[in-house]
Amino acid sequence: MRVQMTVNGKAVSGEVAPETLLAQFLRENLRLTGTHIGCDTSQCGACVVLCGGKSVKSCTMLAAQAEGADITTIEGMESPGGELHPLQEAFRQNHGLQCGFCTPGMVMSAADLLRQNPSPSEEEIRHWLEGNICRCTGYHNIVKAVQAVAAAK
Amino acid sequence: MKTKNAAAGKSPPHDSAVLHATGEARYIDDIPLPANALHAAIGISQCAHAEFKTNLAPVRASPGVVAVAAAADIPGKNEIAPVRPGDPLFAEKTVHYAGQCIFAVAAADEKSARRAAQKAKITYREKPAVLTMEDALRKKSFLIPEKDFFRLRRGDAKKEITRAPHRLRGEVRCGAQEHFYLEGQAAAALPQEGGDMLIYSSTQHPAEIQKLAADVLGIAMHNVVVQTRRIGGGFGGKETQAALAACAAAVLAQKTGRAVKLRLPRAEDFAVTGKRHPFLGKYLAGFDKNGKILGAQITLAADCGMSADLSHAIIRRAVLHAHNAYYYPAADITGIPCKTNKASNTAFRGFGGPQGMLLAEKMITDIARFLGRDALAVRRANFIADGQRTPYGQIVHKPPLADIAGALARNASYAAKKKAAEKFNKENKTRKRGVALTPVKFGISFTTKFLNQAGALLQIYRDGTVALNHGGTEMGQGLFIKIAQIAASVFGVPLDCIRCQPTNTARVPNASATAASSGADLNGMAAQNAAMQLRARIAATAARHWKCAADTIVFSEGTLRCGKRAMSFAQAADIAHRARVSLSAAGFYRTPKIHFDEKTARGSPFYYFACGAALVCCEINLHTGEHRLLSADILHETGSSINPAMDLGQIEGGFAQGWGWLSCEEICRNEKGALTTTGPATYKIPTAGDMPPHFRVRLWKKPNAAKTVLRSKAVGEPPLMLALAGWCALADAIHSANGDAKNLNAPATPEQVLSTLPELN
Ligand code: FES
Ligand code: FES
Repeated sequence: MRVQMTVNGKAVSGEVAPETLLAQFLRENLRLTGTHIGCDTSQCGACVVLCGGKSVKSCTMLAAQAEGADITTIEGMESPGGELHPLQEAFRQNHGLQCGFCTPGMVMSAADLLRQNPSPSEEEIRHWLEGNICRCTGYHNIVKAVQAVAAAK
Repeated sequence: MKTKNAAAGKSPPHDSAVLHATGEARYIDDIPLPANALHAAIGISQCAHAEFKTNLAPVRASPGVVAVAAAADIPGKNEIAPVRPGDPLFAEKTVHYAGQCIFAVAAADEKSARRAAQKAKITYREKPAVLTMEDALRKKSFLIPEKDFFRLRRGDAKKEITRAPHRLRGEVRCGAQEHFYLEGQAAAALPQEGGDMLIYSSTQHPAEIQKLAADVLGIAMHNVVVQTRRIGGGFGGKETQAALAACAAAVLAQKTGRAVKLRLPRAEDFAVTGKRHPFLGKYLAGFDKNGKILGAQITLAADCGMSADLSHAIIRRAVLHAHNAYYYPAADITGIPCKTNKASNTAFRGFGGPQGMLLAEKMITDIARFLGRDALAVRRANFIADGQRTPYGQIVHKPPLADIAGALARNASYAAKKKAAEKFNKENKTRKRGVALTPVKFGISFTTKFLNQAGALLQIYRDGTVALNHGGTEMGQGLFIKIAQIAASVFGVPLDCIRCQPTNTARVPNASATAASSGADLNGMAAQNAAMQLRARIAATAARHWKCAADTIVFSEGTLRCGKRAMSFAQAADIAHRARVSLSAAGFYRTPKIHFDEKTARGSPFYYFACGAALVCCEINLHTGEHRLLSADILHETGSSINPAMDLGQIEGGFAQGWGWLSCEEICRNEKGALTTTGPATYKIPTAGDMPPHFRVRLWKKPNAAKTVLRSKAVGEPPLMLALAGWCALADAIHSANGDAKNLNAPATPEQVLSTLPELN
């Protein structure tokens, strides 16, 4: 079947099998490999993207369900001029990443949190990020990175 | 010559920070492959122990399938074991665990390959399986004969225990731990001209993948190149366990002449690969009225799974760390390698150290409770002191244990926290709090001596930029940025002048695994050695140019200076090139002084020790056994830290991972020995909300007395064991609830905690 949607501001379309996941469509059809697959059971959060501004795990959503939707992936977070998004910059500066595999999902989740709640408490940040697993950092610097952006707003 | 304004000691971000944050960083699954590349999947055993027959015709006939490979299709050796044989790539005739790989299939796309793999007809004739450590101990199912068990003896422990004023017996068990690297096992193999093979592997040990793939393919090592730019987490789980994906992909690539990628789905990754060894530790201790240990008899039984893998080295490290930070005047410590029908358990951050130290901390806590004394006082009474020897005979020089524990207890208010917990416990009937401060002393070096070596290759180009290769792999720990800092410090150039290249077996040969916390120690020294050679050559060239003495030249801020004269590093490189001076150097390092006799279990296997301590408070709910950490304060040694931010990250992450091992990560199996915890839906690792609201880590930065690179200390593994403070705090809380703290095991899940608590009414 044919799907059409907007990804990172660009209209895209592709031919996919009906059971194709949004994550697969992004990675395989569009070669946007910043969206990672860390599990097959929708727990790890490495695949989070924004769908109409709301964070979704792209491995829980069919490409067909995203028909007509406005999708933002990690590759769409930089400004058109190539400047890092404040969250990307904060993750870098606060060392909120080690192996980096969880980072895109963390950034996308955090972006949705800050959209809904521009100044979350530390507890709210931790609670929000419970759907994103990081095996490396112990979360300390990830939370710090999100706090840094919230404070700057 | 001198260098000023060194890059080392500062905290630049991870070398790939921007690539990570933008999603541009490539992991195995992201590497573009040729258009005709194939995707592979594997077929695994459903039985823990059985003879089997396969009918793979339905797999071959499945849509999209291009090739299938089983044991008979392997051109070389069917063996991917690291040390002693016993780990076939594809099982032959008999399977030894549920999850063992039997065949692999390559198809046009991933879905077709996975679908095809499900279609195999495998018939089993089941054989008796050993599924628990108890069973193995009963049946004497061991990897080696009992007379060859690793046993460490000092003095007459039995006599000292008998003579001691007090005696206590106890035991503790800890479960398996899944590595849960976020990037699962993955590899891509690309056939090259002349039968050569290029392999991209998510491995901590490219050189071993090279060796094993060559053996499996029946070609020589120089026909195989393995490259690893980064791995999405390793933690020991990609030391030997990465070989399966790489070698299976290589066999299929060789067979089809096309590139083949194999990425295990998470449930298979869980089933196929080994985990941290479960241990059952037992002790009999003799001690005086202050809790000072006079003698200890200890056995550490490990569930090794179906083959040796690295188990003997892991058990050795467990035995060598069963005294943790304490002095045992007399000791008799034995490691028991149980053989069971499970995936071969393997390296995991700490490598047996955590299990050995859990026993030590358990013993100390039991003794303190028995005597009704403060546990920290008992710990202090037992700290190993300057000039004393470990049970294996290594002299310990000025261990900072008492200093670190003292500073931590003061700064994080141990006494006040104890008091506050007591008050809370008096006032609360259904919740109790516990407090503990535990030390860590971890030996740094591979205990297998020959592994303690490293190489590096440094090349300076005519524009003054530097390409740096070393044998270590970047798995998130910040190794590349640290080594770039070391090289930049030698040349006095800005950090962006140095580029760490992907780890590649064609650049640096025969590298050891990036393991045993040794990454920066070994590879950093090798890189520094190469950089010094090149700096001397450039200085000599500049000295000839300026007609000055080479040793008066200062390297700083990308410039060479001698008195009033100056030239950029790039100019110097160009001048050297024109003067026909080689701008490429191989660096090498081997750790000095270490030695160990395995037979007598005597020697100085460690170049130095890395120490630290944690103070943790926790709270348990007596109705449910649920618990949470209230605070964790950590003081941990890094020597002169090369990059304090990276070191802090290792400590924070290590603590979290250790806490997962001790508190919530539980591997379960059904009665047939198959895993029932096959992914994050059923296996719980700590999330952001599981970390304590107060989490403060401080570095103890006294320069390393051993001559390590820039006097830093290794920091990869030791912090994991800081989490023992959390487990001891739980035991403390259980004790305050009149529970049976002596029967607390790990992981201390709510169920486990509840089982130690008295009935509430
Ligand atoms: S890959 Fe989507 S949640 Fe893990
Ligand atoms: S940085 Fe490795 S999983 Fe988060």
